[in-house]
Amino acid sequence: MNPRRKKRLSIALVIILGLGSVTGLVLYALKQNIDLFYTPTQMIEGLGEEKVRPIAGQRLRIGGLVLPGSVKRSSEDLKVRFQLTDNKGGIVTLEYEGILPDLFREGQGIVAQGTLKSATVISATEVLAKHDEEYMPPEVAEAVKGIQHTKPKYGNDTK
Amino acid sequence: MIPEIGHFSLIVATGLSFLLAIYPLIGAKINHAGMMNSAKPLAIVQFMFMMISFSILAYSFATDDFSIAYVASNSNSLLPIQYKISAVWGGHEGSLLLWALTLGGWTAAVAVFSRGIPVDALARVLAVMGMIAIGFNLFILLTSNPFDRTLPFLPLDGNDLNPLLQDVGLIFHPPMLYMGYVGFSVAFAFAIAALMTGRLDSTWARWSRPWTLVAWVFLTGGIVLGSWWAYYELGWGGWWFWDPVENSSFMPWLAGTALIHSLAVSEKRGVFKSWTVLLSISAFSLSLLGTFLVRSGVLVSVHAFASDPSRGLFILAFLVTVVGGSLLLYAFKGASIKSRGKYGLFSRESMLLVNNVLLIAALLVVLIGTLLPLVHKELGLGSISIGVPFFNNIFFYMVIPFAIALGVAPLMRWKNQDIKPLVSQLTIAAIASIVIGILMPAIFADKIKWVAVTGFTLGVWVIVTSCMEVYMRATHRHTLLKGLTKLGRSHWAMVLGHIGLAMVLIGISATQNYKIEKDLRMVPGDEVVFADYLFKLDGIADADGANYEGYEAVFTISKNGKFETEMRAEKRNYFVQRSMMTEAAIDWGVTRDLYIALGEQLEDNSWAVRIYYEPFIRFIWWGGLVMSIGGLFAVSDRRYRFVNKKIAAK
Repeated sequence: MNPRRKKRLSIALVIILGLGSVTGLVLYALKQNIDLFYTPTQMIEGLGEEKVRPIAGQRLRIGGLVLPGSVKRSSEDLKVRFQLTDNKGGIVTLEYEGILPDLFREGQGIVAQGTLKSATVISATEVLAKHDEEYMPPEVAEAVKGIQHTKPKYGNDTK
Repeated sequence: MIPEIGHFSLIVATGLSFLLAIYPLIGAKINHAGMMNSAKPLAIVQFMFMMISFSILAYSFATDDFSIAYVASNSNSLLPIQYKISAVWGGHEGSLLLWALTLGGWTAAVAVFSRGIPVDALARVLAVMGMIAIGFNLFILLTSNPFDRTLPFLPLDGNDLNPLLQDVGLIFHPPMLYMGYVGFSVAFAFAIAALMTGRLDSTWARWSRPWTLVAWVFLTGGIVLGSWWAYYELGWGGWWFWDPVENSSFMPWLAGTALIHSLAVSEKRGVFKSWTVLLSISAFSLSLLGTFLVRSGVLVSVHAFASDPSRGLFILAFLVTVVGGSLLLYAFKGASIKSRGKYGLFSRESMLLVNNVLLIAALLVVLIGTLLPLVHKELGLGSISIGVPFFNNIFFYMVIPFAIALGVAPLMRWKNQDIKPLVSQLTIAAIASIVIGILMPAIFADKIKWVAVTGFTLGVWVIVTSCMEVYMRATHRHTLLKGLTKLGRSHWAMVLGHIGLAMVLIGISATQNYKIEKDLRMVPGDEVVFADYLFKLDGIADADGANYEGYEAVFTISKNGKFETEMRAEKRNYFVQRSMMTEAAIDWGVTRDLYIALGEQLEDNSWAVRIYYEPFIRFIWWGGLVMSIGGLFAVSDRRYRFVNKKIAAK
């Protein structure tokens, strides 16, 4: 091989190797870090056409309205439990330890990140509240559409 | 009446931008001197009208003219005057007006300061900038007019500025960021103008380079300021969240950083030219993409702005036109760009190629991480989010080859470098870096974490090799002291830029690995020990301000029994917007920050408190600052002044 071809070959090899390892790394990291988003009803009924329910131990994101009157604080530490609901009536429980965001209030939309403990209980690692009065995360807005006007139905009669 | 003048000025400016986009371009085509020369006054007058429009909006804010809908929803009569002014860009309409004003400013600056550039080239450049201005001005006029009135039922008082934005950091952050974003439009315009004529030589790179550098300096400064603001204002103790909004400013930065390096190669060696053109297009396209992502509300972001889909559609159409059009032009004309000059496997050119490839790889990772959730949702596969570890992991692996190459590159000569004499030097540098890298956590922390050691080693490696390089170049022909004074400003620019990055690396490695964070429940009198510091909550008292009421918690901090400092953390309730805000208490130092954020009040008089110990976090922002200063050094290099004078004398 003449030196010029040799150089080109080596450059091409470096680029292919580089691209390959970056792609591999990205795919691996993505697999570890993609979290599906659920609304409370989706968590109970399952997601998509196959109605896939999350399994215990799965990392996920959930968004909904904080059910008024459901926030229970521990009296010794910063543990807190509250329930989330949406416009279809599903209710799930969240457990969290730490400081809730400034804009966390009963009846307001939040998004939480966490892992599923049992069918309807999530242990949250992070709770995000909407940032200002106008803004609501699009998913939450979708999940709670109309909820301010019609009272959600609690209990088993999910639509 | 006055707001209508502002609105009218905006319309006039839009009309002028149409003229600017068309008239000089035709002039350049038919080689008509008068038409080409019209570009300069048009650019300047357009900027003046934008300025009038913007000033009137600012005046309306200052005088509490709540008959303007935008003022009413973003200001309040109780707001302090400096925030009334910064509220001008606190919302969607105003920040777009600032965007357009900045664009007008850059256009006028190019018109005024580009005396060395031939008339036809300048006419084309300004015309391209005029085209961009058309897009933005029309966008403001058609979808987001800041001068819309609330008449006849004007509100008595305004809705107030979002309390998060009532801060000195937010007075400067958006303008700086926009100066950076929009500044890349100059590099873009130069690239497009060059593609139109097919004349791409090293003079083109020399014209484009100072403008690109200035834009990069602003963008770097803007990002640093944003990060600092997020740190002390959001009360989460973090400096970067990989939030889509942050990512959309980081992507143009990565492309811009690749661009300033590639421009250097194009200017000095005449190679990489078509790549440089592509980067110029990319950097600005990413700025537009960032604007689209932030302004259209398609992304799920914790700090997304209130938004509306019709606006998103307009920016999307604009984005497609700009990116598609310029890439089409590139496809037709790009092939004719010939790069002369050869270089060996070990040469500065090939090292800069490595730099560019890695920066673009990083850019693609951020792009994928930001857009994948969007694509996933649009495909009907459900909403997803991509976690912070995704970015952190990949960036950890990518920064290793990047920093190693960065240390070696300045030691390489252009064209070809005999690698043998460097090997021994590099080995010494590597050993020294590894030793210091291990010593640093051994001294400052209680345990050694290998991720942190890697980061420290890389940072120290960059610093050590930079110093070696300076020593080598300085003592090449002179004694050390004399040699140091002989080094050019752009040389110091490179050194500062690289050392700045090393500082950022060290800062990140320290905070990410040795930060301690605790959420606690405390009553006055409680004590907690934390990284050798004793935090005592002395008491909590009322602390009210002009437009809020709040509480203030006073902490006494002592170390090894000795009084260290007193910290005051606040919780504020802004009554107009009915929102709670945390004002964190920060005790800063070179080697560590102590950070206290007050949570909510619980029953039995206790409070939720969050305390952080953040080692070396300041290095991140100081490093960014050093990088920006480096950029300024490069702009002020004698070469650009000299060239301008030489060409002007012709």
